[in-house]
Amino acid sequence: MNSARKQKLGIVLSIVLGAAIAVSLILVAFDQGLNVFFTPTEIADGKVNAHQNIRIGGMVKVGSLVKEGLAGTRIEFVATDTNIDIPVVYEGVLPDIFREGQGVVAEGYVDEHGVFQARQIMAKHDENYMSPEVQAAMEAGRHKQAQGSLTP
Amino acid sequence: MIPELGHFALILALCLGSLQAVLPLVGAQTGNVQWMQLCRPLSAGLWVFMVLGFGCLAYAFLHDDFSVAYVAHNSNSLLPVYYKFAAVWGAHEGSLLLWVLILATWGYAVSLLSRELPLDILARVMSVMALITVGFLIFLLATSNPFERLLLNTPAEGVDLNPLLQDFGLIVHPPFLYMGYVGFSVAFAFAIAALLTGRLDAAWARWTRPWTNAAWAFLTIGIALGSWWAYYELGWGSWWFWDPTENVSFMPWLVGTALIHSLAVTEKRGVFKSWTILLAIAAFSLSLLGAFIVRSGLITSVHAFAVDPKRGMVLLTLLLLIIGGSLFLYALRAPVVKGTSTYGGYSREIFLLINNILLVVSTAMILLGTLFPLIHEAIYGEANRVSVGPPYFNTLFLPLMALLAFMLGVSTFSRWKRTALDHLTKNLWKLLLASVALGIVLPLLVSARFAPGAMLAIALALWILFGVAQDLWQKTANKASRLSGLRSLSLSYYGMQVAHAGLAVIILGICLTSHYSIEEDRRMAPGDSLSIGSYEFVFKGVEERKGPNYVANSGNIDVLRNGVPYLTLHPEKRRYLARGDVQTEVAIEVGFFRDLFTALGDPRGDGAWVVRIHVKPFVFWIWLGAFLMAAGGVTAILDRRYRKKLVHAGVMPTSDAQDMQGVLDH
Repeated sequence: MNSARKQKLGIVLSIVLGAAIAVSLILVAFDQGLNVFFTPTEIADGKVNAHQNIRIGGMVKVGSLVKEGLAGTRIEFVATDTNIDIPVVYEGVLPDIFREGQGVVAEGYVDEHGVFQARQIMAKHDENYMSPEVQAAMEAGRHKQAQGSLTP
Repeated sequence: MIPELGHFALILALCLGSLQAVLPLVGAQTGNVQWMQLCRPLSAGLWVFMVLGFGCLAYAFLHDDFSVAYVAHNSNSLLPVYYKFAAVWGAHEGSLLLWVLILATWGYAVSLLSRELPLDILARVMSVMALITVGFLIFLLATSNPFERLLLNTPAEGVDLNPLLQDFGLIVHPPFLYMGYVGFSVAFAFAIAALLTGRLDAAWARWTRPWTNAAWAFLTIGIALGSWWAYYELGWGSWWFWDPTENVSFMPWLVGTALIHSLAVTEKRGVFKSWTILLAIAAFSLSLLGAFIVRSGLITSVHAFAVDPKRGMVLLTLLLLIIGGSLFLYALRAPVVKGTSTYGGYSREIFLLINNILLVVSTAMILLGTLFPLIHEAIYGEANRVSVGPPYFNTLFLPLMALLAFMLGVSTFSRWKRTALDHLTKNLWKLLLASVALGIVLPLLVSARFAPGAMLAIALALWILFGVAQDLWQKTANKASRLSGLRSLSLSYYGMQVAHAGLAVIILGICLTSHYSIEEDRRMAPGDSLSIGSYEFVFKGVEERKGPNYVANSGNIDVLRNGVPYLTLHPEKRRYLARGDVQTEVAIEVGFFRDLFTALGDPRGDGAWVVRIHVKPFVFWIWLGAFLMAAGGVTAILDRRYRKKLVHAGVMPTSDAQDMQGVLDH
């Protein structure tokens, strides 16, 4: 093989190698970084494995927030899509716009007791702004509830 | 009356802009000198009317004219006067007005400072910029008029500015960021002009470089300010979230960085030409994509403006017209601009090519991560939403940047055209040894914990810094004295080295903060204390304090260093009266080597609060490094080379040239 061909082969091989590394890195990264979004109803339907890292969205049920009398920085509340309620536990500092009756997105996992263990509670810029996820979850929840009331 | 005047000024600006978009371009294509010459007065007029329009909106804010809907929704008579002014760009309509004003300002600046440009190129550049301005003015006037009135039921009091925005950050962050975003329109317009004329030579690259550097420096500062703002305002002590809105500002920055380097090759060696054009188009297109994503409400983000599908559609159309049109032109005309020289292995060209590949790949991977939720939703339907979190971005971005930092160190000693391999190895092996050894030893001196990430980061940062120092040492070696050697080096060389050192400083800041921060969220009753390293934090309880437009729960946290009282921090929880919003104000003791960060969480009964206490080493270096990078970019602009007038006969009368020199010297 002459040197020009060798050089071309080298370039082609490094491109193939680079692409292979890039693709495998992306797959690994997606595996770690991808959070699938679920609504409380979907969790109740058994679509989520225990300890799978997910995001949930819904409303903070009015009257469900417990802050006092718990150990450390723990708080508890109930997230609802109006159809199904799911208890949420979180340890740490809440974002300022977290409030009962407002939308919430939380990241974490469902434990063996069906309690959502939140690692992070998302903050919003604007209290009038509802994230598309929460909006869709609420609509789906209401839809499901309406169906439920039609078929006793 | 004043708001109507402002509205009218914007309409006049639209008319002038439309003329400027057409006449100079047609003049340039048909050789009509008078039409081409119109671009200067038209751009001045466009700018004047944009300033007038912006001034009218600012006037409405400063005079609490709540009959203007936008003012009523985003201001309040109790708001301090500087926030009233900054509230002009506190929401969608006004920030879009600022966007267009800055676009017109860049255009006017080009017409003022580019007198050495051949008139036909200037005319084309100005027309392209006016075309973009017109597009955004139509969008502004048709869907987002900031002067809309509430004449029938004028509220007595405004709703108030979102408390999160009532901060020094709002005053400086958006203007810098927009100067950066919009500044890339100049490089874009130059690229389009080059495609239209087919002339893309060293002179073209020399005209484009200072403008690109300027936009890039503004964007660097804008992103750094945003990150700093998030660090102390969102109250989480984090300075980067890989949030979609951050990503869309970071992508044009990465591509802009690639563009700066590829322009260097185009100027010095006459290659990478069509690639440079493509990067110039991409940098501005990504800026536009950013504007679209933030303003369309498509992606959940802490920054998203209020959602309005109609706006999103108009903006998307505008985006597709600009990006599609420029890429179409590129496809037609790119073969015209061809590279002229060759280069071999280990040449500086090759290293800059690697730099470009790494930066563009990083951008592509951020773009994929940012848009993936949209793609996924489009394929699997609205019920199956996903989000892409920080682990994705860190897994991909950090290795790419490590590679980039390593190649940067190598390329410092490369030469144009061809570099002998032993020249590189001779220069590098000692540096490599020193930086790796120090990278391993230094972290072990601080803590016995084995931290490979911190070690790699320190080694890479030292690798860059040693390279910068050794190159300076060698470049001054053969001069009469070191000092005269330092004087003989060009400003663009200094700019480059300062910016590269800035990157090393950022790497140190990011990695040391990530590895060695100590973060505690504790429930603390009055009298409780917490020790972190040599610091002890004593929570003394919370008392009420009245501000101009809020009531605050102000915490008292005594900090002791080595047992000696050091200072008291007052993190606050504020309730703003107009909206009833609650807002955390953190208290930070900023230091060169570490920040002490405290924030109040929520009350937990009996005077106890959840308190957030972080000790963050080297976090200041992140912003210091960004500042150094921007300073490097500005230093390079000041290089004499960019002020030399062209030797083209008859392009410019001498008096003009002297004027020009005067303008630039100031």
